[in-house]
Amino acid sequence: MFSKRKLSTICLAVTLAMFAAGCKKKVPVQTPPPPPPPPAVVETPRPAAPVVAQFTAEPTSIQRGQSSTLRWEVTGQVTSVSINQGVGTVQSTGSSRVNPADSTTYTLTANGPGGSITASASVNVATPPPPPPPAAPPASTMTIDQRLGSDVQDAFFDYDKTDIRNDARDVLSRNASALKQILSDFPNASIVIEGHCDERGSAEYNLGLGDRRASSAKEFLQGLGVPADRLKTISYGKERPQCTDQNESCWQKNRRVHFAAGQ
Amino acid sequence: MKKLIWVGCGVAGALCLLYGQVAQIPVTKEGGIPALAIPDFRGAGDAQKFMAAFNETLSGDVRSAGRFKLVPKTSMPIFVPQQPSDFQQKPAPVEAPPPKRGRNAAPAPAVPTNGGGRWMEDWSSPPAQANFLAFGYTATQNGVLVLQGWLFDLSKDMSNAQLIGKRYLGTVDEAGARKVAHEFAADIISLFGGQSMFGTHIYYTSDRTGHKEIWMMDPDGKNQRQITRFSSISTYPTASPDGSKVAFTSWVKGQPAIFIFSVDPVRDLRYYNQAASVNQAGSFTPDGKQIVYASSAGTGRCCRIFIANLDGTGFRPISSSSAIEVEPKVNPKTGSDIVFSSGRSGPQQVYRMNMDGSDVERLTPGTGEASNASWHPDGQRIAFAWTQGYATGAFNVFTMNVASKEYVQLTHGDGKNENPSWAPDGVHLVFAKTRGKSSQIWTMLADGSQLQQLTTTGQNERPVWGK
Repeated sequence: MFSKRKLSTICLAVTLAMFAAGCKKKVPVQTPPPPPPPPAVVETPRPAAPVVAQFTAEPTSIQRGQSSTLRWEVTGQVTSVSINQGVGTVQSTGSSRVNPADSTTYTLTANGPGGSITASASVNVATPPPPPPPAAPPASTMTIDQRLGSDVQDAFFDYDKTDIRNDARDVLSRNASALKQILSDFPNASIVIEGHCDERGSAEYNLGLGDRRASSAKEFLQGLGVPADRLKTISYGKERPQCTDQNESCWQKNRRVHFAAGQ
Repeated sequence: MKKLIWVGCGVAGALCLLYGQVAQIPVTKEGGIPALAIPDFRGAGDAQKFMAAFNETLSGDVRSAGRFKLVPKTSMPIFVPQQPSDFQQKPAPVEAPPPKRGRNAAPAPAVPTNGGGRWMEDWSSPPAQANFLAFGYTATQNGVLVLQGWLFDLSKDMSNAQLIGKRYLGTVDEAGARKVAHEFAADIISLFGGQSMFGTHIYYTSDRTGHKEIWMMDPDGKNQRQITRFSSISTYPTASPDGSKVAFTSWVKGQPAIFIFSVDPVRDLRYYNQAASVNQAGSFTPDGKQIVYASSAGTGRCCRIFIANLDGTGFRPISSSSAIEVEPKVNPKTGSDIVFSSGRSGPQQVYRMNMDGSDVERLTPGTGEASNASWHPDGQRIAFAWTQGYATGAFNVFTMNVASKEYVQLTHGDGKNENPSWAPDGVHLVFAKTRGKSSQIWTMLADGSQLQQLTTTGQNERPVWGK
């Protein structure tokens, strides 16, 4: 019969009247005019904030120096999308390759009329494993030439002499240990002791000196237990100098025995 | 009958005169070395383009024989005869008619005082002042290069002057031109008691290919050619007495070992080496049937001196010292003794011993270092390298009379001078000179004069002069 509105208006009017009647002052009660109806409120639908449909890093774990790919997709009303850590402003949808030096969390921020939203993706950077310790690589990985080059030294002689002098004695003693090890590690190999001379004497005579220097060295090494049947000698006289300057420093370098792998 | 024989001889003699005459009478001039004029020869037609090589070879060979003074070309007359008929008799002096009086008197007829080269006297008078004249020409005939060469004795009259009148034949190219020049020069040199070195060879070591190999060349440095191709170290050549073989030392099979090759054609004659750490070639015996060499065989330490057959069989040691003994060289004249280098008294010296190893004596006084002994063809002298008076390693070439041990120094520094070797004529020496880091091969006369460099490319050393 009456709408809810009309009813409430009437109730309000009656209430007011009673209130007015209860007041001390007796004022002639007039029925107040009904208040105007409240204004009509037009409710527009409130926009949603952007939605980050995807924000991933692939792979999530890398070694330092490698890269990972960020992928994202932002839907909804978007005015700007950006990713921190140096990536910068980006499109709503996209991917970017990153090379973080250390573990990094990337934050994507999407702004829109409905608000902002963030998302994050992390890339874990693993430090490389330490290398194996350099000391004593297993013997089987070096060639005999490398072993000779690093473990066995030339021994030197005086002019026109073939006897082992003191410094040569020390060198050959150290060589003996190294040679025994090398010969044990390379059971099929032999070692050639080359005898050389400086350029000053005549060639055939120097062939003799070189031969005797190699023999002296071989005898010395034999005396220290290096197996003689694994040692060969060859003289090059002055035919294969390792330097050609005409001074004592070079001449001394040439008056030597040198150790090489046998063929 | 006798008349017929005489006529026959006369005809034969005339024929000899026409087709090839070389007098064998040694001709000497009083008062020193004969002066020889060799003007440039010219060639007809196609032959002309090789005449620069021809003339260089002819005068080069004659000059290097060391027996002549060559007349400079600037002192020679303008007209150069090419054959004997180019010469004219110098006209007899003409009695000038008495001068006529009067204005229109004819001038006295001119008496020529020189023939510009057409008279023999032009060549024997100043400025040429030659004792002998070599002349001639070349031409091509039937695809062959022909040299007509004459040598005239300018002290004789035209009809008796000819000492050489001969044809020489060669291919129509530079090699042919050089060949005929060598042959003509050889005839001139032998007329005066000398011996041309044309046809002999110098063997040596060169590294110009990147490896030390054995090479050979002509005595004027031409025709340098490679003998070994081992791409290893091949060196210390020594030539057989007949020039057919060369022995040397090579590392091609690992240890230094002896090889013997024939030279023409180049072929390995397969010398069988004793098992030893060192075998190094020394020299051939004069009969060419054996070699002496140095080896560490037996003792295991280099080296003693051995002898063996050319295939390596029949080897036995000759020397027995415990020192280093190397470079054995057998006396080419007697075949009965050996000179060699030994360290038996300290730094290496030159020694001599008999073929059986007895009667060892040291030839050099014992100072410095002496090595590289090489016999003169006469078997009485040696050339060798010695550091006497110089620093260690600074060798010079010396010669020594083996009996008296008197020596003469031929080089005086200007680098190291080593490995002298006598030419078959006993007048020339070939040796190696090292200046700074460059070693090259040179020749010189036995008095140390007329130095001539033969090689320029790479390091060249260890020369030996063979037939």
